[in-house]
Amino acid sequence: MLEQIKNKIVGIAGCGGLGSNCAIALARIGVGKLIIADFDIVSKSNLNRQYFFINQIGMPKVDALLNNISNVSAEVVVEKHFIKLNQFNIPDIFKNCDIIVEAFDLSVMKQMIIETVMSVMPDKYIVSGSGMAGWGNNNSLKTINYDKLYICGDFISEISETLPPLAPRVGVVANMQANQVLEILMNLK
Amino acid sequence: MNIILNNNPESFDKDEMSISEILVSKNYVFKMLVIKVNDKIIRKNEYETAIVKDGDHVVILHLVSGG
Repeated sequence: MLEQIKNKIVGIAGCGGLGSNCAIALARIGVGKLIIADFDIVSKSNLNRQYFFINQIGMPKVDALLNNISNVSAEVVVEKHFIKLNQFNIPDIFKNCDIIVEAFDLSVMKQMIIETVMSVMPDKYIVSGSGMAGWGNNNSLKTINYDKLYICGDFISEISETLPPLAPRVGVVANMQANQVLEILMNLK
Repeated sequence: MNIILNNNPESFDKDEMSISEILVSKNYVFKMLVIKVNDKIIRKNEYETAIVKDGDHVVILHLVSGG
């Protein structure tokens, strides 16, 4: 059924709450190859939403995620980059991707990758997430689309002391991103 | 002028406006934005000088932290 996604490549920019959950969903459905990139280490505070386990605390997130992906799929190929992404390395790291998933936490990084992809890699689709802190408000989560840019979220809920990022809502948006990626891939020639 | 703003038709009294003027006029107060005018990315230091004219396609997205 999903034969046509077996030769597709999806980039995951950031392996936190959005990236780890989105990557696992894409691995489960059989996307051919995932290129994952992150500079961070798994910490205890990540476990409230990110697809990691207690015995992975202290590991680079790309290593932990590679392990977890290989535990849900033996077929998917994973290329990992333990690196802080920026406007200079993004075009090279993700050059072979059909779609790039923006999965950063900071809005300044979200802006950086969207501007980089739209100006330097205009042929790439980018699926971003913006606004998912807190809880409840299921029906405020949506996807907007401009050309090859898709953004999932409520576009309002920013993280703060009183509005933390939590597994349910971050997981919903991560899977909305995965769902959007699948829709784009199914429509590609 | 009549433009397309975020996929919707929008009318302004002036013949042309800078991005800064549009942000004020629309009361867009978010600090982290991605702005595109006719497929060209407009960066923060160009908000005063980038001019929007009749018929332009403008996208103004605001991004919030979390992930």
